[in-house]
Amino acid sequence: MLKFSKINILITTLLSIIVIFFTISNFTEFEDEFVNKKINLGLDLQGGSYLLLKIDNDPVIIKELQNKAISLKNVLKENNISVLNIRVTDDKKILLSINKKDADKLNQLFNDKNGIVNPYFDQFKSFQFEIANQEGNFEIFFSKYGLIQLKTSSLDQAIEIVRRRVDEVGTNEPNILKRGNDRILVELPGLDDPMRIKNLLGKTANLSFRFVTQTNEETFGSEELEFEDGSEVANVSKRIIVSGENLIDAQPRMDNQTNETVVTFDFDRVGAKRFGRATTKGIGKRLAIVLDGKVISAPVIQEAIVAGSGQISGDFTFQSATDLALLLRSGALPAPLEIIEERTVGPGLGQDSIKSGLSALLIGFILVITFMLIKYRVFGIIANATLILNLFFLVGILTLFEATLTLPGIAGIILTVGMAVDANVLIFERIKEEIKNEKNQIIAFDAGYNKSRNAVLDANITTLIAAIILFFLGSGPIKGFAVTLGIGIFTTLFSVYFIARLFTSIYVIRNKNKEQLI
Amino acid sequence: MIQNLNFNKYYKLFNIISVVLVILSLISILFKGLNYGVDFKGGTLIELRINDNQTTISNLRSAFNNMNLGDVAIKNFGNDNDYLIKFVKKDRDKNLIQNIKKDLQSSIGPVFEFRRVESVGPKVSAELLNKGLIAIAASLGAMLFYIWIRFEWQFSLGAIIALFHDVILTIGIFSLFNIEINLSIVAALLTIVGYSMNDTVVIFDRVRENLKKHISIKIFELTNISINETLSRTIITSATTLLALLSIFVFGGEILKGFSLAMILGVIFGTYSSIYIANPTLVYLKVSYKTVVKEEK
Repeated sequence: MLKFSKINILITTLLSIIVIFFTISNFTEFEDEFVNKKINLGLDLQGGSYLLLKIDNDPVIIKELQNKAISLKNVLKENNISVLNIRVTDDKKILLSINKKDADKLNQLFNDKNGIVNPYFDQFKSFQFEIANQEGNFEIFFSKYGLIQLKTSSLDQAIEIVRRRVDEVGTNEPNILKRGNDRILVELPGLDDPMRIKNLLGKTANLSFRFVTQTNEETFGSEELEFEDGSEVANVSKRIIVSGENLIDAQPRMDNQTNETVVTFDFDRVGAKRFGRATTKGIGKRLAIVLDGKVISAPVIQEAIVAGSGQISGDFTFQSATDLALLLRSGALPAPLEIIEERTVGPGLGQDSIKSGLSALLIGFILVITFMLIKYRVFGIIANATLILNLFFLVGILTLFEATLTLPGIAGIILTVGMAVDANVLIFERIKEEIKNEKNQIIAFDAGYNKSRNAVLDANITTLIAAIILFFLGSGPIKGFAVTLGIGIFTTLFSVYFIARLFTSIYVIRNKNKEQLI
Repeated sequence: MIQNLNFNKYYKLFNIISVVLVILSLISILFKGLNYGVDFKGGTLIELRINDNQTTISNLRSAFNNMNLGDVAIKNFGNDNDYLIKFVKKDRDKNLIQNIKKDLQSSIGPVFEFRRVESVGPKVSAELLNKGLIAIAASLGAMLFYIWIRFEWQFSLGAIIALFHDVILTIGIFSLFNIEINLSIVAALLTIVGYSMNDTVVIFDRVRENLKKHISIKIFELTNISINETLSRTIITSATTLLALLSIFVFGGEILKGFSLAMILGVIFGTYSSIYIANPTLVYLKVSYKTVVKEEK
C-alpha cells in the first residue's frame, strides 16, 4: 500500500540532508577535513597535462644479456666447458657455441633448479632464461616470466625516478601511475605547457666520468663520442671511473671566478674514493663527463680531487644547469622513456568548458522541468521535486567519493536529468491506465507502482550495463561520463521509489475523493 | 489521452526503408570510410585561438604549410577566432609542439594561444580503436545476455536487430557527413545501445503482459495495442531526453558537439526502431501466448 513507515521517512530525510550538505560543501570551505569534500575537476576542466610514457626496455634487455654472457663465460670455465664463441645478438639472444660433447653438461647446468646460472622462479614454475640447442650452437633468451620480471623491475625503478623528477619541478599534486607492464601515466593538473617536464622525462640521465684516450689499446675499448654542443669528437675510454649512481647531491651554482653557471656535485664515500684515486693518477689527462652518450665537457685534470666534490662547467644557462642538477639528483632511468600520448588543456579552455557545461545543464534542466510541469501539473511538481533531489543525490555522492568530474561527466549529468524522469513517467502512465478500471484511487496508485516496476528496472539496468562497460573500457574523460551516468541510475531509482513515491502517497491520501487526480 | 494509431499498417513499409538505410550506411562505411580523429588515427591536434583580427585562415594555412608537417588540416572551430589544426607526422620529435609555437610566432606574431594539444602515437591510437570496438561489442553482448535471461529468444532477436540498426545508422550518418569519430563518439554509441534497449524493453514488457492477458488476440494486433499503450511514455521520455541533449548540443560547447549529435540521432533511431524493427520481428517470428507461457514453466 501507499503507506510509509516513520523510520523510512526519517532515513530518507536524513540522507537527503546529507547529500544536500555535501553538494553545498563544493562551494564553501570547512575547517574539518571530513566534511570539507569537493568534486575533483578533470584535466579537461581545470586545465593540465596528461602524458603517457613508454619504457623502451630493449637496452635493458641487451645490457642484462651482456652481463649474463660475461658471468656465463666464467661459470663455463669453472665447469671445464670450453667456449668457442659467445656473443649477444640484436634480436635479444645470446649465441653460444661449444664443443658438442659438452652439450649435455651445459643443459644440465641450465636446467638445474637450484643453480645460479639460470634462476628458477617457484611462483611461476619457470626459469629466467630458455635455452635452445641447434647442433652445438645454443641460443639463450629470456623466458616469458624472465621478461615479465625484468620489465616489472625496470618499471618500478622508472616510476620512482619519474616521481622524483616531477616532484622536484614542484607542480601541483601530480598523479603518477603504472599502466600495464611498460607504461607510466603522468597527470599534471594546472600545467598548460609541459615542455620542461617532457624534456626532463625524455632524458635517461646516465652520467659517467671517463678518461679521454688517444690510443685504442685500452683493455676496455673506447668509443668516439660527440660533444653536447657539437664542437668536437673525443675518443673516450669505455672504462667508467665513477657513474651517476655514486652522486649524492648536485646543485646549480654561479662560479665566482669565471662568472659561469656550473653544476656542483658531491660523491658518496665510494665515489669520492674512486674519483680521488683516478684524479691522482691521471693529472694532465682529460676527464670526460658523459651524459647519455654525449660529452658535456672534458676538462684537463689540474690536481687530484680527493674531497669528493667537484663541478661541471659546460656553457650552461641557469635553467639548463638547474635541470641538469635536478636530473643528476633524481638519478638515471633504467631505460629511455618515450611519450606516446600527450593531452594538454589550457586553463582558458577548461574555464570555457565549465561555463558551457554548466549553462547546458541549467538550460536542459529548465527545459525538462517546464515540459514535465505542463504535461503533468501537480504530478509534474512531484516529478520535478524528485528530479531536483536526484541531482543533489548525484552531486552529493560524487562529492562524498571525491570523484573526478570531466566535461563528458557533465554531459552524463545532463543526460541523467533527461532520462531520470522516465521512471516517474512509466509509473504515472501506468497509474492513468489503472485508474480507468479501478474506482479506488489508492488501489489504482498502488497497482500503478507495482505493475510498472519490471519496466522501470529493465529500462535502468540496460543503461547501467552500458555505463559499467564504458567505465571499464573507457579512458580519462570518458570514464567521468560512465561514473555520472552509472551513479545517476542509482540515485534515480532511489529518488523515484523513496522520494517521489512518498510525495505521491501523501498527495493521493489527502485527495483521495477528488476526481481525476492525475 | 487514448491513442489508437495503426502502427502495424506500416510495418512492411518502414522495414523496407530501414533495410535500405542500413545498406546505404554500410556502403558508406565500407567505401567512403570513417573520419577518425587523432584518438584513433594517431597524430596531433591543436586547438588554437587567435587574439587579433588580422590573421586569417589562409595566413594560418601558409604558416603551417611551411613547417614541413605533411598534410595539415585547418578549420574553424566554433567561432571565428578558434581553429582546429590536425596533422599526422610520422617521425616523432619530442620538441614538435615547442617548434611549432616558435615557427608560428615568427610567421604571425605572438597573437595566438594553444588552448588544447592532443598528440597520440600510432601504437596508442591503434589500441584505443581496438578498445573502442571491444567496448561496443561487449555492450552488445551484455545486452544480448541480459535480454536472453529476461525474455524469450524471439524478443531477444528483435531487440538485437533493433540495436544493430541504430548503431549502424548512427555510424552511417557520421560516415556520410564526414563527422569526426573520436573517443566521445564511442561513449555516445554505448549510451545509444543502452537507450535503444531501454526503449525496446519497455514495449516488450507490455507485449509480454498482454500476451498473457489477451490470449485470443493475434500478435500483429497485440504489438500495436502494446505500442499504443506505452506511446505516451515513449513520447515523453524521448522528448525530455532530446531536450537535455539539444541543450548540450547548442550550449555545451564545441567539444561536446559530436557526442550530443550522435546521441540525438541515437535517441531518434532508438525510438523508431523499438516500434518499427523490434515489434515487427515478433510478428514475423509468430510469437504467441504459447511462447511466453511455455518458457515460464
